[in-house]
Amino acid sequence: MENWRNNRLVFAVLALPPTAWLVIFFTVPLLIMWVYSFAERGPQGQINLAINLANYARAVEWIHLGIIWKSIWVAAITTLITFAVGFPLAMGIAFAPARWKNVLLLLVILPFWTNLLIRTYAWIAVLRTRGFLNFGLEWVHDKLSTLFASIGFPELMGEFEALELLYNQKAVVIGLVYVYLPFLVLPIYATIEKLDKSYLEASLDLGAGHWRTLFSVTMPLALPGIASGCLLAFILSMGTFLTPALLGGTDSEMIGNLIARQFSSSRDWPFGSALSFLLLYLTFIILWVRASLAGRKDGPI
Amino acid sequence: MVDNNTIISIRDVVKRFGSTVVAVNDVSLEIKQGEFFALLGPSGCGKTTLLRMLAGFESPTEGQILIDGEHMEGVEPNKRPVNMVFQSYAVFPHMTVHQNVAYGLKVTGTPKSEIDDRVRESLSLVQLEAMAARKPDQLSGGQRQRVALARALVKKPKVLLLDEPLSALDAKLREQMQIELVHLQKSVGITFVIVTHDQNEALSMADRIAVMEQGDVLQVAPPSELYEYPNCRFVADFIGKMNLFDGTVAGIKDGKVLIRVDEFADQLSNLVLPHNEHAKGEVGIAVRPEKIRLDENEPEDQQVRLKVKVTEVVYYGDESHLFLESTGGARFAANLKNEARDTHAEIVSGKELWVSWRPEDTLVLSS
Repeated sequence: MENWRNNRLVFAVLALPPTAWLVIFFTVPLLIMWVYSFAERGPQGQINLAINLANYARAVEWIHLGIIWKSIWVAAITTLITFAVGFPLAMGIAFAPARWKNVLLLLVILPFWTNLLIRTYAWIAVLRTRGFLNFGLEWVHDKLSTLFASIGFPELMGEFEALELLYNQKAVVIGLVYVYLPFLVLPIYATIEKLDKSYLEASLDLGAGHWRTLFSVTMPLALPGIASGCLLAFILSMGTFLTPALLGGTDSEMIGNLIARQFSSSRDWPFGSALSFLLLYLTFIILWVRASLAGRKDGPI
Repeated sequence: MVDNNTIISIRDVVKRFGSTVVAVNDVSLEIKQGEFFALLGPSGCGKTTLLRMLAGFESPTEGQILIDGEHMEGVEPNKRPVNMVFQSYAVFPHMTVHQNVAYGLKVTGTPKSEIDDRVRESLSLVQLEAMAARKPDQLSGGQRQRVALARALVKKPKVLLLDEPLSALDAKLREQMQIELVHLQKSVGITFVIVTHDQNEALSMADRIAVMEQGDVLQVAPPSELYEYPNCRFVADFIGKMNLFDGTVAGIKDGKVLIRVDEFADQLSNLVLPHNEHAKGEVGIAVRPEKIRLDENEPEDQQVRLKVKVTEVVYYGDESHLFLESTGGARFAANLKNEARDTHAEIVSGKELWVSWRPEDTLVLSS
């Protein structure tokens, strides 16, 4: 059966269900959305098929561009922090003793076993004014106050003031870093894991220290994985909806929330469709830049 | 006591992985300045582990390693006066040939002007000046290996370590590189320590060879001594081809040793061999295939001779390898040079021949 590819019947039987699934539940809805994006909203929120670019023109108005720009900005900050946390983590797992590797990888993907909504609510419980983080800080504050009082400085620490951690941009970034960390760690881990360790040994052998080896050898060789991981984190956090909705404040609305609002309370599906496609085009552009950068490299990395 | 000539001293080195695996078992070796030294053994014998301990990638569980009189305990790989050529070459794929060779100088803060000169000099040593701007994926396997060599030599190490450097090359190129490596070593005067499982490689290149098996060094000797005077059955069998038999010392007569070999007994009651200090009790009797003479008629002038039947002929072009069996069940391998186009056409399976060899070419190995 090695030439099952040549057997048209077998091929058709195997390929038909997934193709049908994708066409019916992905391609067709996407096409409908695309057509809607050129329509206009009726007075009761119905869709009037008047083919024009009004929705796109509205999407690039300043107020909406501001939200798109903020989404890009938040996604960039999130990616940066996720990389700063995730790269060392990926390195650590890749260089861990073999029997620990699977356990550590499991820990990285363990959060997926719980629903994202519930995990996001958990962050609310951690970050809010009367949340676990503030409780912890207050406890430390109390202990320090008692300590300083006992050595004669009762007023040194002052009153404890709870930190405002929730319902702002910082909370959104914290939440996004948490959610997309595994998406960044796994591709980077996969490239470092596959990397011939003798490259690193050769670098050490030639007199380079560990930091030099990291920046001159490990990171350049892991670049494909780093690019994939960062891109994944960036694209996913740019289109995010849940995290800013739950952890963000009034100024934290991102493009995902704007789109969601068009399909719910605003009942403006045509505008929502146009925004969705704008986000899609943006994503394509980023992927295209990445692909052409990768293609330009003459090395087989 | 350190001899001035000694560049590497390995003293009672033991390496254990975990609590059960003993990779290197109490090895002591002295390697001399300017020597081409080979660590030879089957895979898993501990030779690579020993080399990695010299480079600093592993540390001995017990014992000491001195390089140029300095204790290497706790000295990181990047601080050791040795450089390594890796089995996979490990030529950095994201750097050009020039950048690869310059890397080791750059990271240690060598001035830019000096780097360029030394890189050019090192590349000319391996005849790769023309390739300086190329990326490794534009090079052949042999060229990549030269880059690895140039990259290590540019550092002017006291010792160059080579981990199976030729194993990835095809047979023709390997032979050529063997000769080149020897010339290179003589011209730069740096001590080379090479790890290999290929006995031909070790015999043809090294000044001295250490044969390792299961973590032990069995014999350290120059190639010809190793080949002609192996000190145990393993070395005799591992280096080259060998006809090996079990024998028992039957006695000593007129300063000669009498040895009984069961498979020879129907034709030869005893082998009469020159005196040998190993000849006690049960011994191994060995003779190299090329030391065996083949005759159609009984060679009266030879003391050790047996009538055999050809069981198989394997043709190699320049010579043929014959497999022979005596009536007593002794099996021999012997070589036959194909000196003329039409020689030995008559030698086929089933033909009866005589094998004989000189008593002094017989090896007696303590079991």
